[in-house]
Amino acid sequence: MKKNRSLLLSGPYILWMLAFTLIPLGVVLYYALTDVETGKFTLNNMAQLLQYLPAFWRSICYSVVAALICLLIGYPVAYYMSRCGAVAQKFLYMLVMLPMCMSFLLRTMAWVGLLQDTGIINSLLSSIGLPTVEMIRTPGAVILGMVYNYLPYMILPLYSVICKIDRRLVEAAEDLGCNGPKVFSKVILPLSMPGILTGMTMVFVPAVSTFYISNKMGSTETILIGDIIERMFKQGDNANMGAALSLLLMVLVFVCTGIINRFGSDEEGSVIV
Amino acid sequence: MRKLLVFCLMLALLTGLMGGCGESDGRVTINVYNWGQYISEGDEGYMDVIAEFEKEYPNIRVNYVTFDSNETMYTKMSNGGITVDVIIPSDYMVGRLVEEGMLQPLNYENIPNYQYIDAAFRGRAYDPEEKYTVPYTWGTVGIIYNSKYVDEADVTGWELLWNKKYADKILMFDNSRDAFCIAQCLLGYDINTTDPQELLHCAQKLDEQRPVVQQYIMDQVFDLMENEEAWITPYYAGDYLTMAEENENLQFFLPQEQGFNWFVDAMCIPTCCENQYEAELFINFLCRPDIAGANMDWVCYGTPETAAKAYMDPEVVGDPNAYPDEEMLAQKGKSFVSLPRSTTRLMETLFMQVRNGIEIKLPD
Repeated sequence: MKKNRSLLLSGPYILWMLAFTLIPLGVVLYYALTDVETGKFTLNNMAQLLQYLPAFWRSICYSVVAALICLLIGYPVAYYMSRCGAVAQKFLYMLVMLPMCMSFLLRTMAWVGLLQDTGIINSLLSSIGLPTVEMIRTPGAVILGMVYNYLPYMILPLYSVICKIDRRLVEAAEDLGCNGPKVFSKVILPLSMPGILTGMTMVFVPAVSTFYISNKMGSTETILIGDIIERMFKQGDNANMGAALSLLLMVLVFVCTGIINRFGSDEEGSVIV
Repeated sequence: MRKLLVFCLMLALLTGLMGGCGESDGRVTINVYNWGQYISEGDEGYMDVIAEFEKEYPNIRVNYVTFDSNETMYTKMSNGGITVDVIIPSDYMVGRLVEEGMLQPLNYENIPNYQYIDAAFRGRAYDPEEKYTVPYTWGTVGIIYNSKYVDEADVTGWELLWNKKYADKILMFDNSRDAFCIAQCLLGYDINTTDPQELLHCAQKLDEQRPVVQQYIMDQVFDLMENEEAWITPYYAGDYLTMAEENENLQFFLPQEQGFNWFVDAMCIPTCCENQYEAELFINFLCRPDIAGANMDWVCYGTPETAAKAYMDPEVVGDPNAYPDEEMLAQKGKSFVSLPRSTTRLMETLFMQVRNGIEIKLPD
């Protein structure tokens, strides 16, 4: 009886998933395996994927680096937040959320204005007589864009996990003679692992498929797979190739999140998304 | 009680929102799909053409949406599921839309202002029987450069866009047809070629250029050139005039010897149109000489109506970049025609290889 009711309650979402996730996935698969001219079955699109491997590789490298930087920056922030008083916590939480209230496109454009050769930073540098720095259109700029845009996705899960760590465990470790760094590495870090893994996944997945950031902040040398997919659909008039690329990207994302999860499998929890 | 109040407020908000989307005021909405920065929208001292139209026809509301290339517009239209009443694509795209039966024949009785269109712009290759289109503007593609940084001696032709001296300060078209056209002019091929080998050579030429290209762009060109973030770009002459108003160092060069693209953008009504009469009223309104003149004053592209020039800024009309010698145009200007879909797709595939730094080769 109880089981029936829960099925009934989850019905709408299951229907939603079916209509807007599973069926479209089927459509993607169909397009990926058919020819753009004739509409007949072909593996040609799949064969052509090989030439885009460098872009795939670049996307994965950039987003892994971005996720790691997010972790390095985000962990201390989340840890500090969890130690603050209730009011300060709320305030800091709001500060982390605040950039997300602004349009993603606007935030990226703002970075372009800051970093470009004639941008704010370089104008400042040259006005005080310093040489200008080449910042925009480098891999660093793309990664910066990713870190800036997706950092909250790292901090928030970390914060919620660290908040829940039982303070008594830390005290117990200290009582038993464990020193500061050891407490962190033996108690706090393992307990916050689920947050780390969730944060990594939540930064990695949108970053690997982004196209706007690399489009605005990157150069002809930093084209990511998202750019290529976007182009295939919009300008290229080749939805079939676009579908094949999306499919491969999806598989790669699954593999990568699988690997991330592996790190957590021997720990207490795994990814909570 | 409080919960009930909140609920009522939410409901009111929701219905209010929904009411906003509907046509509660009984006006007919026409959807106009046009290039970005391609109609005067009431910048200081200029006419707001759409507002003017809505004032004249209070029962029509204009929903104005922009696209950044013919191909984007085509993909959206051919995917279906949208209602568009007026589109303004370029000549070769008009040809393709006609071939694929995506355009509605116009009822010229509702467009009396068609009489003002100059003979030179009637019955052109994309619409020889004058059934589907009313020309909106025409223009040329040339090189815009910043004279502060670029040595005049280097400005000899399209090869300027390959000049290593200005590496990382050169922009390039981010649409295959315009980009290939430049390579075709440089290599001396027909700009409407369908020969895969010739297209391959063009792609190789464009690939040579890639290391010096800062970005492949379309509408972003305005900011980049005005702020001197980039120094050299190929672009449409009309947009050069708009940019030159912001930055006086910008100059325009038309490579007459090598040839250049001379295009016409025309207003058409697609088959997915729902309000043809109102759409024709809109087209007619844009053709009225005083409106066309005021509009072109801001857009800066060429007007196909001599009558409209009387209403325009004499400086623009007299500018040789905006209105080059007509004889030279007819001789050196090259027009695009619609190409088979397999050719445009091949071009796009090759262009994608260029942009992404993949080995250039014809697909099997």
